[in-house]
Amino acid sequence: MHIIENGNAAAALGVKLCRANVIAAYPITPQTPLTEKLSEYVELGEMKAEYIPVESEHSALAVCIAASSAGARAFTATSANGLLYMHEQVQWASGARLPIVMCVVNRAVGAPWNVWNDQQDSISQRDTGWIQIYCADHQQIIDTVIKAYWLAEQVSIPVMVCYDGYILSHTFMPFDLPEPEKVDAFLPPFKPDYFLNPLEPANLNTVTLPDVRMDVRGELAHGYMEIRCLLQEDLRKALQTAGEAEKRFAGIFGRKADPFIEPYRCDDAEHVAVGLGSITYQMRVCVDQLRAEGIKIGVMGVRYYRPFPDEAIASALKGKKGVIVVEKALSYGYEGALMSDLKSALYEYLAGTGSLPVVQNFIAGIGGREIRTDDLTQTLRAAAKGRVSKEPLWIGLRL
Amino acid sequence: MQAKSTILSLPTEELVHPGTRACTGCGLSIAYRVGLKALGKDTILVVPPSCLTVLQGLFPVASTKLPCLNVTFASTAAAATGILATLKARGNEHTTVAGWAGDGGTSDIGLQALSGAAERGDNFIYFCYDNEGYMNTGVQRSGTTPIGAITANTPFKGKLQQKKDVPAIMAAHHLSYVAACSAAYPLDLYDKIKNCLALPGTKYFHIHIPCPPGWGYDPRYGIKIGRLAVETGYYDLYEIVNGEFRLTAASEKLIEKRKLVPVREYFRAQSRFRTLTDAQIDDIQKTIDEKWAGYYKKDE
Repeated sequence: MHIIENGNAAAALGVKLCRANVIAAYPITPQTPLTEKLSEYVELGEMKAEYIPVESEHSALAVCIAASSAGARAFTATSANGLLYMHEQVQWASGARLPIVMCVVNRAVGAPWNVWNDQQDSISQRDTGWIQIYCADHQQIIDTVIKAYWLAEQVSIPVMVCYDGYILSHTFMPFDLPEPEKVDAFLPPFKPDYFLNPLEPANLNTVTLPDVRMDVRGELAHGYMEIRCLLQEDLRKALQTAGEAEKRFAGIFGRKADPFIEPYRCDDAEHVAVGLGSITYQMRVCVDQLRAEGIKIGVMGVRYYRPFPDEAIASALKGKKGVIVVEKALSYGYEGALMSDLKSALYEYLAGTGSLPVVQNFIAGIGGREIRTDDLTQTLRAAAKGRVSKEPLWIGLRL
Repeated sequence: MQAKSTILSLPTEELVHPGTRACTGCGLSIAYRVGLKALGKDTILVVPPSCLTVLQGLFPVASTKLPCLNVTFASTAAAATGILATLKARGNEHTTVAGWAGDGGTSDIGLQALSGAAERGDNFIYFCYDNEGYMNTGVQRSGTTPIGAITANTPFKGKLQQKKDVPAIMAAHHLSYVAACSAAYPLDLYDKIKNCLALPGTKYFHIHIPCPPGWGYDPRYGIKIGRLAVETGYYDLYEIVNGEFRLTAASEKLIEKRKLVPVREYFRAQSRFRTLTDAQIDDIQKTIDEKWAGYYKKDE
């Protein structure tokens, strides 16, 4: 059934369809309509879940961590400084291997205060051991929430579902509302191997030594480093599981997509613009314009940012003359984080092949600065002609 | 209060294995051992980093026979809420959820989450074991370190500020149950836990915990010093049941006695108060006497 709703409602409907048991949230713009919607579902009895209106984001994720440890399917959502305030818990959730799903409704971080959209919030959580997926429209938001729970519970790693504040969260679009029976078929009830249980007591997340240590049965137990290495290995393996999730999903819902990248007019392109989230759909308009001018350009959205689909990205960009990475965040002091990661993937797969593309970095939409499609087109047009700058260039900047 | 327990009426099953990593003479060992007996086996614990993390042992060995979730420093109460929500979602109404945090984890970094959970009225028991400082990190001052105490970061003058009254803060949340206890009076602690189990919402316990390395005394004198704190009227054992305050155990008996041990004896038994002058002690004595004059008046 097709409905017209905003992006936050799409996320809320996804969480409802996934039958989350425990929801904890603290209000922050532009996440609020999502969690308000969930509180409505719970109060009206449309959703059988506990909704905890916590006193901070730090506690929101604490509730989810504990609920997940006790065997619940847990959900929270936040934005900007709320996510930064959670940071300690973000690391804890992945270290404890809890399949929590969190929506990050992307917003600029302070200081100075700014409530508008960019992606500095989630990008700054890149190294926390979470799976990070970016959405470009409402269909992707609701579908990704559903896939995220399945993936998280398969690999015991939490997932951030990221979508642009306002541009997606507050705009209305038509999308297909998945049927509950199909979601149930896709996503079985959450049954963890172990959960906090007085009949089977265990002490979770205890102090763990640098080295391996004997347990009471005389068997060697992991040290901290082994536990952390397994997180890394399982995150890398999650790329494969993400592929399975996509296949399963396509089998049940009929919507088929590449899990990692979303190319548009890339096949014969000499230049490819790359980005995360809604800006990649905006760039499709630029690409159409430039194609009409005879410039062989395409655009590719990167859906999974962590684990980084390095091979998929590198093979999609193989043989291209130029890659133009347009980002709504940056690693201050260097360049966009996606830029660095993408270059690293190209180096790994294409170094020595003689076909390393020229890679350029543009920063756009910081703190909600309007990204005018004309400006974006002009930027891509110039970048397709050759290297504009070594340093990242800011689109629409008026210094 | 209902029937008073004796040492012989406590359950014999130990829920804390002997030989923990706690310091010799640790007051927490007593309170935790007896506290878990009162809570019983159908309990899930939440513990933030603190001395208790050390007592609980290093992976893969644990000293506690109850399921326990170790959480970040500031999130004990919120984590308790998360476990409760899950139990509730499953229709489990029998399992008790209990948080055990130190005074830093309660009065300082954990206060926000605790206040949030208490305001929501989440049904769990929160224990603050108050050894009056960040003992696990090497004896730094906390919100509940008393005035005059030398710590690692109040090294010469001692702490200049008053102890934060956390039970009063928690009582201001209109809880069904608030108690002040001491490791030196474990049976009082046991009975209070038993009596509050059926009460609704958040229950708050503050437990005074003598700490040999942090307070500066020979480990064998822990109980004596804990008792002195009560007998001098410096630290009171009480409970507030649905807003009704009443002294309990040894503090209740002091009402009848109308005689307090001079607080100087308490201070002089510990090296942390070595820079407190006689005049300062006299001032503190005066405050204690005024507090107790109020108790006596209420009793008349």
